[in-house]
Amino acid sequence: MSRPELRHDVRITDTTLRDGSHAMAHQFTEAQVRDTVRALDAAGVEVIEVTHGDGLGGSSFNYGFSHTDEMTLIAAAREEASQAKIAVLLVPGIGTVEDLKRARDAGADMVRVATHCTEADVSPQHFAAARDLGMETVGFLMMAHRTPPENLAKQARIMVDAGCQAPYVTDSAGALLMHEAKARFEALVAEVGDQAWVGYHGHQNLSLGVANSVLAYEAGVRYIDGSLCALGAGAGNTPTELLAAVFDRLGINTGLNVLALLDAAEDVVHPYLQRWPKMDRNAIVQGWAGVYSSFLLHAERAAERYKVPAHQILRRCGELGYVGGQEDMIIDVAIQLANTRTESG
Amino acid sequence: MAAIVGPGNIGTDLLAKLRGSDAIEVGYMVGVVESDGLARARNQGVAASAEGVDWLLRQDPLPEIVFEATSAAAHLVNAPRYAEAGIQAVDLTPAHLGPMVCPPVNLTDHLAAPNVSMITCGGQATIPMVHAVSRVTPVPYAEIVASVASRSAGPGTRANIDEFTQTTARAVEEVGGAERGKAIIVLNPVEPPMIMRDTVFCMIGAETDRGAIIRSIHEMVAQVQGYVPGYTLRAEPQFDEPRPDWRGNARVAVFLEVKGNGDYLPPYAGNLDIMTAAAAQVGELIAGSKREVAA
Repeated sequence: MSRPELRHDVRITDTTLRDGSHAMAHQFTEAQVRDTVRALDAAGVEVIEVTHGDGLGGSSFNYGFSHTDEMTLIAAAREEASQAKIAVLLVPGIGTVEDLKRARDAGADMVRVATHCTEADVSPQHFAAARDLGMETVGFLMMAHRTPPENLAKQARIMVDAGCQAPYVTDSAGALLMHEAKARFEALVAEVGDQAWVGYHGHQNLSLGVANSVLAYEAGVRYIDGSLCALGAGAGNTPTELLAAVFDRLGINTGLNVLALLDAAEDVVHPYLQRWPKMDRNAIVQGWAGVYSSFLLHAERAAERYKVPAHQILRRCGELGYVGGQEDMIIDVAIQLANTRTESG
Repeated sequence: MAAIVGPGNIGTDLLAKLRGSDAIEVGYMVGVVESDGLARARNQGVAASAEGVDWLLRQDPLPEIVFEATSAAAHLVNAPRYAEAGIQAVDLTPAHLGPMVCPPVNLTDHLAAPNVSMITCGGQATIPMVHAVSRVTPVPYAEIVASVASRSAGPGTRANIDEFTQTTARAVEEVGGAERGKAIIVLNPVEPPMIMRDTVFCMIGAETDRGAIIRSIHEMVAQVQGYVPGYTLRAEPQFDEPRPDWRGNARVAVFLEVKGNGDYLPPYAGNLDIMTAAAAQVGELIAGSKREVAA
């Protein structure tokens, strides 16, 4: 499988309707999805991701149940998009090939298969299925701060050999400092050569999503993610509208209409926000301590239930090295912290 | 007399566990190439061969029970041969030819089955808890999350991780007694390796007797501890009040740690240990029932 031709200097994927699902506690409605896809599509966004925040099959006790079945949302997105491709996220261990087939039937064009940054060898089964289904492929190496650049590149190689057209430096914790991000971009670009594109998915926990996106482009990264109003886990993702404005000033052609994206953020997404992701104490702690961004709302809920501060729960999750998917451990940590408090108090 | 086919990590750990058993004597260890596992078995006085099942079926006496710790593909080939020879098979591979068994839940129903499947590691760890709840009150939905150390997830598991989620989910329903089941597995590479953790969420009615659920869970934990001493609750069962997005149901959450016995596999690999320990338990109970029948 080869990498697709680029239509512009860089290919922007908007994940408002997938990563943003975390910040919406997975309560997206069909109307919200239709309105958002229509606005993104008209503004020239080439790829729009629509799935439960934790990927296909993510609707659960552990991650939160979806308000509307994701297959309904994918089908609605497919109907609204005229030029944009619809992507779905699949985390092996949560979603399955069966889920992927249903998403394909609902109209998904691309799958983004996500593993922890050292566990890429659970993904070939799903890349093979994607190939059989005729889908475009992306590989997410999540929590990319947790392994050195050279090892991340080896993991990218596993994905590319399995049929991945674009392995990503996925900064799930928004923890990568600029030099750390750059080293990973360069390592992956050198590893995959012209066999695949390299991507970058950023979070704003340390406010570096936009800066790292610029570094990414300079290092040869050609797939970059954003979300309208930064709607995403933790302090949110790199804002798509801001990315478009900065790239426009740099003279990098994204094919995006900056004014249309600003309108989309302000007039379509802003009105339905339950919370505008921001760099508050809990989110900064996530970037600082390297904690999976999606843990934020779960930690806040556990904090309320067990009367322990959310930022303490998050820091403990960082110390224990919990990875994406281990949301159940947040409750465990809260219980343990509450017990310690009772014993010492 | 029993045989272990597949002298890898699982087979070797199983042999270590069965060495202490009064009910079962492992007479044979079988591989297809010379290996450390075969050498270790010979050192312990077990007849071991690299000539595969052909060799095993030439032995006199034949084993009454064979533990299959190879691969699904190998078991598909071997299973009919065991059946033909009248040997009961305890299958630790993902072939799932026979009924799925979890010793404290449903083994007594299948003691005479020619072939039983040990489900998955996550299934052995969590299904006792699902059953502990579902025997007290109807469970419309149960979900399990298994976290295992990366080092304890072998290439077979990694190449087909869907097999884990799908089989475990099915067993949560068919063996655990939930109306609908879901299973999630997470691999964590942290060093030192994390001990296996499992979380079991069960949807329950708003008015359910919570005290009865707690008692049932504690009884079941004690039963599993009979063969996996490192099977413990991290906290008392946690009850969450009914919510509209749970269709007005409440929830009970059980947080487990599964620490292996360290017989051959390292203690963090509780996921592998609970498979071998449960298989050993199945073997012992089958052997015990054969003796009763004979007597």
